[in-house]
Order: sequence, then C-alpha cells, then structure tokens
Amino acid sequence: MIEMRGVNKTYRVRRREAGLGSAVKSLISRQYDLIPALREMSFTIPDGQIVGYIGPNGAGKSTTVKILSGILRPDSGVCTVNGLVPWEDRKKHVARLGVVFGQRSQLWWDVPVADSMALLRDIYRVPQAQYRRTLDRLTALLDLGDLLRTPARMLSLGQRMRCEIAAALLHSPQVLFLDEPTIGLDAVSKLKVRQFILEQNRLCGTTVVLTTHDMQDVDALCSRVLLIGKGRLLLDGSTAQIRAMAGENLSTEESVADLYRRFGL
Amino acid sequence: MKKYLSFFKMRLMAGLQYRTAALAGLSTQFVWGAMEILIYRAFWLEHPERFPMGMQALASYVWLQQAFLTLFALWQWEQELIQSVRTGDVAYELIRPMDLYGMWMTRSLALRLGRALLRLPPVVLLGSLVPAPYGLRLTVSPAVFGLFLLSAGLMMLVVCGMVMFLYALTFHLTDPNGVQVVATAAADLLGGAIVPLPFLPAGLRRIAELSPFGAMQNVPLRIFGGDIAGADIPRAMGLQLFWAAVLIAGGWVLMRAGLRRTAVAGG
Repeated sequence: MIEMRGVNKTYRVRRREAGLGSAVKSLISRQYDLIPALREMSFTIPDGQIVGYIGPNGAGKSTTVKILSGILRPDSGVCTVNGLVPWEDRKKHVARLGVVFGQRSQLWWDVPVADSMALLRDIYRVPQAQYRRTLDRLTALLDLGDLLRTPARMLSLGQRMRCEIAAALLHSPQVLFLDEPTIGLDAVSKLKVRQFILEQNRLCGTTVVLTTHDMQDVDALCSRVLLIGKGRLLLDGSTAQIRAMAGENLSTEESVADLYRRFGL
Repeated sequence: MKKYLSFFKMRLMAGLQYRTAALAGLSTQFVWGAMEILIYRAFWLEHPERFPMGMQALASYVWLQQAFLTLFALWQWEQELIQSVRTGDVAYELIRPMDLYGMWMTRSLALRLGRALLRLPPVVLLGSLVPAPYGLRLTVSPAVFGLFLLSAGLMMLVVCGMVMFLYALTFHLTDPNGVQVVATAAADLLGGAIVPLPFLPAGLRRIAELSPFGAMQNVPLRIFGGDIAGADIPRAMGLQLFWAAVLIAGGWVLMRAGLRRTAVAGG
C-alpha cells in the first residue's frame, strides 16, 4: 500500500534578472524564490491497483515519484510504501521497487541487453532459478527473443522500451513506477507495452503508478486517476468520472484539457 | 559483495572493448617513452655522477609509466558521472539497492583496469626489447617485485580515492572544471608524471613525496626500479595507505553530505 499524508515539498530556486549588472549584483546578494512543488498532498493507493498520475508540466508529478522512490526527502508530511519510509530505508525500499523512466535508460549502452539483465540479477540478488523463470516469462510476453543478445545502443526505441520494462521487473517488484513509458513509441509497440502492463498487474498483483501525458494510456490501463496541478491533488476518481465532470461526450483527452482550464492550470 | 563484483566485471568488459583507442594510445606511449629516454640519456651521458637516479631505474620508470598510464592518469575522468551530478540524473542511480560511493568506486577501478589491461602487455614487451640500460628490466628480488604489485594496488586506491573525492566535490559546486584542472596539474608535477620526483629540487621533492600525489605512480614505479629500497619501502607504502584511507573517507563523507543536499535542492 502506498500512502501519502499531508506531504509538502518546496524548492528554493535562485533567480536574477538577465544582464551583466544583475549578474554582478547577484554575486553580492542572492535572491531565492520558494517554489512549492507539493502542497498537502494526500492519497492512498491499495495493493494491486493501476493508478494514472496526471497533471500538466510542472504540476509536481516527478517530485511525487522521486519522493516515493526515496530519492527526495519531503519538507513535511507522512509517506510510506508497504510500511517503509522511502528515504529512510532507501536500500530496502528500492529492492522491492521497479522504475521505468521513459526518457532515460537503465540498460548499459554498449553491452548486449542480456549482460545488463545479469548485472541487475546480481544487484537485486535474484536467485538463478527465479531469474531464469522470470526472464523466460518476460521474454515470451514482451517478445524479446533476439533483442537480449543485441547491444542496447542498436535497439529501436520500441524495442528498447520493452527491454527497459523487462529490466525493471526482473526482481519481481511489488510496486512499479512508470514515467511516460509509451513516449515516442509507435502504435504497435504502445499496444504491446499496455497489454503487458495489464497482464503483469493481473498475474502478479503488481501495484502500478503511471505518470503520462498520453490519455490513451490512461484509458487503456488505469482504473483510477489522480489529477494534480500546482502541487495539489485536484481530483481522485475513475476516467468515467472525469469525463462526466467535463460533460458533452468529450474524450478523456479533451475532458482533461477542459479540467486543466477549469482549474486554471 | 557479489553485486559489486558483477558491476566490476561489467565495467571491465566496457573498458576492454575500446580496441582502436588502445592501439592509438599504444603507439603514442611507445614513441613518447622512447623520446623521454633519449632526452634523459643526453643528460646522463653528460654528467652521470649528478644524476639522481640510476639510468636503468629511470628507464624502467619511464616504460612502466607508459604501460600503466591509463591506470593512474588522474585526468581519465568519467565526464558522464560529473554530468549526471550537474543535471541531476544521478538521482536515478539511487533507485538501485546499492551504495552510490561503492558503485562509482567499483566503476572507476574497473574501467581503469580494463583500459590498462589492453595496453600493458605490448608496452611491457616492447620496452623490455630495448637494450639495457634504456629498456625495461626487472632488477630487484621477487620479494620486492611482490611489494611493487602491492604498492601498485595501493596506488589504484589512492588514485580512485582522489577521483571519487573530486566527483563528490561536484555535488557542492556548480562547475567542477576548475578543481579538476588544478588537481590534474598538481598530479602532473607533484606525482612524478612530468619528471620523476628525485629530479625535483630538494624542498619541492619533500613536499611532493608527502602529498597524496606522491602516493600515486611515484611509489610503485620507483620500487620496481630499486630507487625506493629497504626501509623506505614500508615508509612509502604506509604513506600510500594513509592517503588512500583519508581520500576514501573524505570522499565518502563529502558525497553523503552532497546527496542529502541534492535531495533538498530537488535533484
């Protein structure tokens, strides 16, 4: 279970006007602005749910994911994932966590994917037999086959993303964070990835938190949507509820855009 | 421990695959070594009695220096790591159940070793084909050779400890370039990269030998040639151990503090 209660996080950003004069001035006195990234953020996600975490750019999505991953420490508030405080028990916590960042790679660039997998097996101390079983299953489901013997740099984006997802699931994590996993993928790859996420959730009961700007991802995958903006939780409900709020038979995409406007985001 | 070993293996393989770079480096290093020896030879023939090292010890020093270059050259940074700190990507290394310091230390050691393994054998071979006293010769006892190997291991720890210290410093600076340049220059002069330390004026030499830079290539290369001998060996190696411990502890603390701060600043 993932729980956040009254979590606040504020960044301190150094600001100055453009130009030489103000550059010199900032040598002497620096001005900082406080940017609230999360304000009293509270939600609970039970085990085995697939939740879409959506909001416009700068809403606080990646701040939330970072806090839940134990990378970032909030200023105040309570946060636990399966009973652990992420940033306090970081190593223990991340051992049960899988993360896929659509915009970056966790595979080693120059070596065949299988070598990266073997390294991850050792890093997460997955027993060989279990590793074999999991990898076989992932290979079949994600259609990896020959990809495993190919260096990561030679893979197409869609192929790489499938490998990335497999790499994040090798240690059978209970919780999976997906950050824009379908960004830049073609239609076939997108469908494959979505189908796999559903399968993984159904078979293994993996809790999935999905951040995305792709509302089709949300439609296809998420039973529940958390909509955030300016660091606050604005809406917590199903996609049907979101569409109902916007009214007029709009698609999820249009409804969300409508809500962004309505909340003044 | 196994995960660090696997990680080591991975980086070693990565280092081993730069064939062309190794080949290019190899020819450079051989020519450079030969040139250096020719210059020293001219001085030596003029005033052999004023030479602070034996010609043979010096020749071995130069050849081994060329063979081991990628092992101890401080400027072999991984820009990738420094960049990852600057951009905040380093945060994503923290989703692994590993200690970041241990991970990067393993990585530095492995990459240097991997690169060196490719160049070491050919330079050693070519160097030992050059006639005495200008070639690479083992003139010390097997026991001292063993100490040389041990000291080379300590050198690796000092070098990587220093590199890690500078990586960790990156967490506290916007741009670590300046520090890198100063450290590289200091290592060239005080570490015996430009000229072996016995050739420096007495005062500077004393400072250099006590500095962390003097605990790098200076010690094993001179043990090999018999220039550091007898009771000086344990003293020099003790100093290596001291600097390795100080740099590793310092870097670890600095990185811990840096990570906490990065977390506060927003990665």
